[in-house]
Amino acid sequence: MRLERRANIPLSLAIAAPIGAVIAALLLAGILIAIAGAPVLEAYQRMLIGAFGSRLSITETLTRTTPLILTGLAAAVAFRARLWNIGAEGQFYVGALAAAALGSEHGLHLPSYALIPALMVAGAVAGAILLLVPLALRLRFGVDEVVTTLLLNFVAVLFVSMMIEGVLKDPLAFGWPQSVPIVGDASLPKLIARSRLHIGLLIAVGLALLIWLIQSRTLFGLESRAAGLNPSAARFAGVSLTGVLVKVACLSGGLAGLAGAIEVMGVKGYVTTDLSPGFGYTGIVVAMLAGLHPLGVVVAALFVATMFVGADGMSRALGVPSFIADVIVSLSLLTMLVGLFLTSYRIRR
Amino acid sequence: MSEPVLRLEGITKRFGTLTANDDVTLELRQGELLALLGENGAGKTTLMNILFGHYTPDAGRVVAFGHELPPGKPRAAIEARIGMVHQHFALAANLTVIENVIAGTERLFSFGLDKSSARAKLKELSARFGLAVDPDARVGDLSVGERQRVEILKSLYRDARILILDEPTAVLTHQEAEKLYATLRGMAEKGLSLIFISHKLHEVLAAADRVVVLRGGKVVAERRAAETSKDELAELMVGRRVARPQRDVQAPGAVLMRATSVDVMSSGTKLLSEVSFEVRAGETLGIIGVSGNGQSALGQLVSGLAKPTEGRLEMLGKEIQAPSPRSFVAAGVGRIPEDRNADGVVGDMLIWENAVLERVRGSEFSAAGFVRRTPSRAFAQTVIERFDVRGGTPDSPIRLLSGGNMQKLILGRNLATSPRILIAAQPTRGLDEGAVAAVHAEILAARRAGTAILLISEDLDEILQLADRVQAIVRGRLSPAIPIGAADPRRLGLMMAGVWDEAA
Amino acid sequence: MDALDIFASAGLWAAVLRIATPLIFGTLGALICERAGVLNLGIEGIMTFGAMIGWMTVYQGGDLWLGLLAAALGGAAFGLLHALLTVTLGLSQHVTGLGITLFASSLTYFIFRLSVPVSGTPPTIVPFQVIHIPVLSDLPFLGEAVFAQTAPTYLAVALAIVIAWGLARTPLGLAVRIVGENPHAAEAQGIDPIRLRIGAVVFGSALMGMGGAFLTLAAFNSFFPTMVQGRGWVCIALVVFASWRPERALLGALLFALFDAYQLRLQHIVGKAVPYQLFLMIPYLMSIVALLVMARRARVPQALMQPFRRGER
Repeated sequence: MRLERRANIPLSLAIAAPIGAVIAALLLAGILIAIAGAPVLEAYQRMLIGAFGSRLSITETLTRTTPLILTGLAAAVAFRARLWNIGAEGQFYVGALAAAALGSEHGLHLPSYALIPALMVAGAVAGAILLLVPLALRLRFGVDEVVTTLLLNFVAVLFVSMMIEGVLKDPLAFGWPQSVPIVGDASLPKLIARSRLHIGLLIAVGLALLIWLIQSRTLFGLESRAAGLNPSAARFAGVSLTGVLVKVACLSGGLAGLAGAIEVMGVKGYVTTDLSPGFGYTGIVVAMLAGLHPLGVVVAALFVATMFVGADGMSRALGVPSFIADVIVSLSLLTMLVGLFLTSYRIRR
Repeated sequence: MSEPVLRLEGITKRFGTLTANDDVTLELRQGELLALLGENGAGKTTLMNILFGHYTPDAGRVVAFGHELPPGKPRAAIEARIGMVHQHFALAANLTVIENVIAGTERLFSFGLDKSSARAKLKELSARFGLAVDPDARVGDLSVGERQRVEILKSLYRDARILILDEPTAVLTHQEAEKLYATLRGMAEKGLSLIFISHKLHEVLAAADRVVVLRGGKVVAERRAAETSKDELAELMVGRRVARPQRDVQAPGAVLMRATSVDVMSSGTKLLSEVSFEVRAGETLGIIGVSGNGQSALGQLVSGLAKPTEGRLEMLGKEIQAPSPRSFVAAGVGRIPEDRNADGVVGDMLIWENAVLERVRGSEFSAAGFVRRTPSRAFAQTVIERFDVRGGTPDSPIRLLSGGNMQKLILGRNLATSPRILIAAQPTRGLDEGAVAAVHAEILAARRAGTAILLISEDLDEILQLADRVQAIVRGRLSPAIPIGAADPRRLGLMMAGVWDEAA
Repeated sequence: MDALDIFASAGLWAAVLRIATPLIFGTLGALICERAGVLNLGIEGIMTFGAMIGWMTVYQGGDLWLGLLAAALGGAAFGLLHALLTVTLGLSQHVTGLGITLFASSLTYFIFRLSVPVSGTPPTIVPFQVIHIPVLSDLPFLGEAVFAQTAPTYLAVALAIVIAWGLARTPLGLAVRIVGENPHAAEAQGIDPIRLRIGAVVFGSALMGMGGAFLTLAAFNSFFPTMVQGRGWVCIALVVFASWRPERALLGALLFALFDAYQLRLQHIVGKAVPYQLFLMIPYLMSIVALLVMARRARVPQALMQPFRRGER
């Protein structure tokens, strides 16, 4: 018996991999739920109810999905071109900070229809810049971007902390470190009244479609795919690897920065250092579960958001720590990797 | 006749649908130098990897000195005193010679590494078998010939009685190869038993006692070297007579590509120095050389990937100021890279995508930043039909193609655009005889159509068949050109060794 | 006190060794994995898990050394998982490592929250105490600066020396190096690259776990989430800075800790004039600078991140 690489991965298997991975992760996490002394099936049932059981919970889940789609896309586009951007967390924060700074009453004074796009662009630019630094270090000095992007996440959060305790500090926040709030014109319109769900969701889904179009139909898509799959052959064919990487970094960092800006403009209205419960890192899981496919990212983000929102409700009811959601999500990354392995090989006797 | 020291019985090995070895049986006797002859893909290397335990066979067994070896265990082969010299040396470049030799020879969980007695034993072996090498040198600093000696010493250090050498002369000059075979003969006379793998008929005839011919994974013949001929072996090896296409006489046209005293530097080392050549329309210039003498750098230079640090490079009468793959392609240069899997294709992309990748920025295949898929697919279909690429449609991943068909596609995507200049670096490396003939036919057709062809090859026969003029490449320098009529294997061998003043 | 006077205080040097200890453990662990050819980005999560499980063992009544052992075993278990995925199956070392970090961290928080109810002040244990070494600890200045440490610190320094010697001078060390340089060369010499790599990753990960446990068993006396604070990533950078050599890893960790200890004291002198966050950024920025300086000079194990599959064409 031995393993043999498949010539072609059929679509059915490509879809079966993430589904199998999620089921495996849920089964494994079930052991932990049982250890915690809760009935496993009921726990999962309550998670579903927690995420979809009411109008409020559905809108909460979709609100949570929005930044995950964006950070998931950020990871997916970067990984496709073999740019290991693990810095989406930091890019998210600087994007959020840029939007909060320019969207406050001390910032830009524009009418809403101009202010909102301007703040989004500002967030995206801030995120992109934070990724261009490690990319430059890689291209110029050969420094592996995995570690530098990881380290910059800490620097970015400290920078945000410095700003919100310094020049951007909200004097009305009773001493809590948070930034001055954005003006009313800067907040995103709601998608559904009396909920937190905002039009950011539509923007995120729209961007997923747009990126799918770019990747499958444009020159840039073709060249960046070639550069990711075989840099040496791409270079021989005349693809500028540097050019591709710079564009990919702008796109990836921009998406993560935009996620931060949208979270500020759509949900919080100001920045704190706990704005993101790890959206940047979770985006990596989302991207991998999606097989790096932009449309898959939307589905994977919805799954991850379901886990997080659902776990809160389940935790309140059954006393299982809500960290179970983190366990399920991180386990599903590992099981997905195994799933990808199993689908790209077949067993022969 | 002495007893066999080694027997392979009924070895069968399949990779997917490919049967690499089909019921192979062979014997090696004490003190014998046996040649395993076969063309690329005949299953020679697979067979030796099974013998050494790198692969597990699907059927059959290996018996050494009367004991059956457990399959898939290199350590068992080593303990049975079998040594293997790999074609791609299995050496760690950052470690010293002595470290490479003694790794794995002592019990893993023990204290102290006895380098001094190892050094003494190594020196003694070097002297006894004429394999001089500095035990404390870093392997990465050694020449190719020295590294091969380290490979052989590794086996001898472990008291190997049977030695297997996979294409040992692939990276050596003619003269170095002769010296190696003399060394191997000496070892056989001292009682060692050796198998070497080769596809070079003259070597097999000159060096071996006995020849086993492998074709399509099967043993097709066994001959005593003294009782056979080059013609017979060639026919046995190839099976059918494949007539390689012949070059016809034609007068060359204008000079389309010229290099004048070009240097290429990379991170402080000179890869090419004072390289000069010219290629005319309707003419093939062959660059012959032993592997690793600057062919890659030359290939990069003429493909637009490396800039001249000194000297001039002219194409179609104009000096190239800022070379790039894109500008070369736009100027009508067709390029066949030396390593088709690494540089020629993106394996996980589709055939049509690979067919147009280097030209996709032209208006034929894209508009306003979008890829024009219909004309792109049509182009791929044209190449597939015209150049007889089998095994895929424009929408299948290119990695499904065999090496020969992949090479036909690469050749086709260049020739379909009627290039003025064609760069062919190792165009038939690793291809079987049928594919070689097809590639040669296309290159000759391009020459007839007036293309200026620069052929970089390590294959003497290929150069003799295709080239009009030849230059040798040695340590990044080029010899003066000689017409093919004045080139015979001996003279080319000297040129490849860097002796070209006397030869001229 | 002046900014330069800080260097004259024995307290600074004692702090250097203390701050360096988890980094020494972690860097040595990562280094061993990488010398065998496997990048282990699970380090951050493994250190977090080690910190928690070590603390938990002691909190539940175990001995401090038992806590350290538990952390080592926990690290080894995650190392085994990483090795099975990256060495046996040959999966991407980058993504798998990050997955291990995410999984180990979330499992840590889950177990901690499950066992220790939420409360205002986190529960504490009695940590490792400074050992008084006869004569040495009584030396003027040196005694206070160097020989006023807890047992794990001495263990870390000793390990660095043993590992440096082991890699250079023992058959096992040579085997690890050759596998990391060229697994095919190792296999041709009868060494099993897969088993050796698994062993190296498991051992290296055990050290990472111990590095994490130092934080809760010696440096502090309680566990709180996010306490590892990127130390794992710093260790990965230090391996590059050390050019994959254990003795330089020791020096690198000490140098790094010196900056850290110095900036802590400098903060007190400078006071509020400079935002404290700038000081806190220094370790991360320094790691990036270290990578920058060494990136082109370091001698990378040639087979780092290259999966080895037997018998594959």
